[in-house]
Amino acid sequence: MDTDLSSQDRKDLDKFIKFFALKTVQVIVQARLGEKICTRSSSSPTGSDWFNLAIKDIPEVTHEAKKALSGQLPAVGRSMCVEISLKTSEGDSMELEIWCLEMNEKCDKEIKVSYTVYNRLSLLLKSLLAITRVTPAYRLSRKQGHEYVILYRIYFGEVQLSGLGEGFQTVRVGTVGTPLGTITLSCAYRINLAFMSTRQFERTPPIMGIIIDHFVDRPYPSSSPMHPCNYRTTGEDNGATYPSVEDSQEVCTTSFSTSPPSQLIVPGKEGGVPPVPSQPAHGTQADHERMVMCTPLDGALYSAATPSSSEDTETVSNSSEGKSASPHDLLETIFVRKVGAFVNKPINQVTMASLDIPFAMFAPKNVELEDNDPMVNPPDSPDAESPLQGSLHSEGSSGSSAGNTHDDFVMVDFKPAFSKDDILPMDLGTFYREFQNPPQLSSLSIDIGAQSMAEDLDSLPEKLAVHEKNVKEFDAFVETLQ
Amino acid sequence: MGMRCLAEGRGAYCQEAQRPIIEPGLSRAFRSAVWRRGSSALPSPAGKAGRACLQAQAAMNCRSEVLEVSVEGRQIEEAMLAVLHTILLHRSTGKFHYKKEGTYSIGTVGTQDVDCDFIDFTYARVSSEELDRALRKAVGEFKDALRNSGSEGVGQICLEFYQKKKSRWPFSDECIPWEVWTIKVNVVNLANEQERQICREKVGEKLCEKLINIVEVMNRHEYLPKMPTQSEVDNVFDTGLKDVQPYLYKVSYQITDSLGSSVTTTMRRLIKDTLAL
Repeated sequence: MDTDLSSQDRKDLDKFIKFFALKTVQVIVQARLGEKICTRSSSSPTGSDWFNLAIKDIPEVTHEAKKALSGQLPAVGRSMCVEISLKTSEGDSMELEIWCLEMNEKCDKEIKVSYTVYNRLSLLLKSLLAITRVTPAYRLSRKQGHEYVILYRIYFGEVQLSGLGEGFQTVRVGTVGTPLGTITLSCAYRINLAFMSTRQFERTPPIMGIIIDHFVDRPYPSSSPMHPCNYRTTGEDNGATYPSVEDSQEVCTTSFSTSPPSQLIVPGKEGGVPPVPSQPAHGTQADHERMVMCTPLDGALYSAATPSSSEDTETVSNSSEGKSASPHDLLETIFVRKVGAFVNKPINQVTMASLDIPFAMFAPKNVELEDNDPMVNPPDSPDAESPLQGSLHSEGSSGSSAGNTHDDFVMVDFKPAFSKDDILPMDLGTFYREFQNPPQLSSLSIDIGAQSMAEDLDSLPEKLAVHEKNVKEFDAFVETLQ
Repeated sequence: MGMRCLAEGRGAYCQEAQRPIIEPGLSRAFRSAVWRRGSSALPSPAGKAGRACLQAQAAMNCRSEVLEVSVEGRQIEEAMLAVLHTILLHRSTGKFHYKKEGTYSIGTVGTQDVDCDFIDFTYARVSSEELDRALRKAVGEFKDALRNSGSEGVGQICLEFYQKKKSRWPFSDECIPWEVWTIKVNVVNLANEQERQICREKVGEKLCEKLINIVEVMNRHEYLPKMPTQSEVDNVFDTGLKDVQPYLYKVSYQITDSLGSSVTTTMRRLIKDTLAL
């Protein structure tokens, strides 16, 4: 048997490895889009479905992968890596996983390229499909959208695992021996998901399609740019920019038929992130307890229309970058004002003993005191008199925000629960205190009980006589009970 | 020969001639060595002794893997389906279409993601409704048997891949297993909702580990039946489905009774009973 590879085999092997690398990237990125993937089986070989698996080709991803590879193939010392990272809306980012496609020197000279290697690569892709749903980043990516997005980056060369934090774990997806070396596919994933402030990073890497006025469009100095996994593009632009995988017309010629490749249209692409305060994402399920102010990203969606298959198309909702800034600001503004309104409440300085009521200034007042209403004119500090007398003045000692209160607050007639229309308006606190200390029941007090005992004893014979007369009625009643 | 040989592994097999490419004059020892690898197209050895030898060889070659999971009652179905579908994803190909020149083309296998309702877990399965139905039926019966057995809830479900070997009359076809997956299930009962929530996550993590184990076994690239000729394809693959073609498989289960020491075997062949005469 020949130990050297024939030229045809060599060509085939190179082609297999190249398309395997492209399909690997597709599987990984599609698994991090944040949605369930569904492709159909087809009994008749429809076309250039490489490795007999229905894996869609997103043109942008293919383009990026080819750009990273730049005509080379994974070889010893030159690995193809797909880095998956998480980026919050504030710009903090964290690497989650690195998927590595490596080649080592251990050759299997006797293996049949056109058949065995091909089938084993197909099996490896199926394993990749299974494993991509199993790593912790999958669950994170399914929940992306409002507070964070998942980005991918493809690079070629040395594997860089330093960004994964301490104690990262590795899972090996599988290996395939070839006459040129052994292909290994593995994933290193972060364990420690406590969010670290990555301020040492430069402010946001560019995200494709983003509006320029939000982010500065400058590439990472030494690495390729990041791309969101849930991007959307406008259909016309990228249909021309990124040609579909035209070399999928080259197919292993052994026993498989060929047909024109399927086209993919990926409409709508955006990359903007809303400015929302970030919180640590910990565990395999991040706790999303943040204030969600705005949602330009509505989850990962892309729509693919292929002539030959009919996958479910999903709706694409376009984001509006512009609204990202204002809701957040608005919230801040409101919050500040609310704080300002309560700044100068001199609760503890109501001096009249009989009118010791908390929040008295908010109790209903007489109409003639409206001018001195504390809601309108916040009360002064220590020297203020009883609120009921209404002599509250605003002497400008309250905070700057106080002056704004009467602009933004509307006087509401305050009717606390359990209040009575007495002289003394009752509020909840007072009611609660009274409720806690109710007066004794009269029948339970000993004195009264002692007095009535004698009377009860005297009246007993009379009562008995009455009851004896009514014996028949009682008996009838008892019978009805039985 | 001008035609590609569809061989896997070291033995070269010429489909046209339907026999291994063996130089004439080679010793019997060499030929039986090739045969031991389980080539389905070789003529069966004559005689009972020969067949027993074949079976023994196959039994020795049969790969056996065991997985164990502890789940709550309502998680049984989803956990079993996740594991079985993952195994079958690796053991299914597209439909074969044989052509005149002795070559064949293979259809395409699609996949789809399935979210579990009672477990924090998602798995990818083959896009084939028939296959899904068959597995759901098997798992449903296993679950019912487990719940009705009255035992403390220990059982196991077996997925066995086998090849058929046609025998001469009067012997019936034999099923020689080449890979058996056993999944042991231990059902736990939980007291309150908080424990159930923890169980959801824990079982999800456990299933992740199991899937990694399965993938590890699959990628050892150990014995797989050789690709068959058109006439032999039904001995290796299940060609009854319309969109995919898994290797011939059968699912069976056993429930352990509460005594634990003796196993009350409730063996049932649930799918593709191939031993009928």
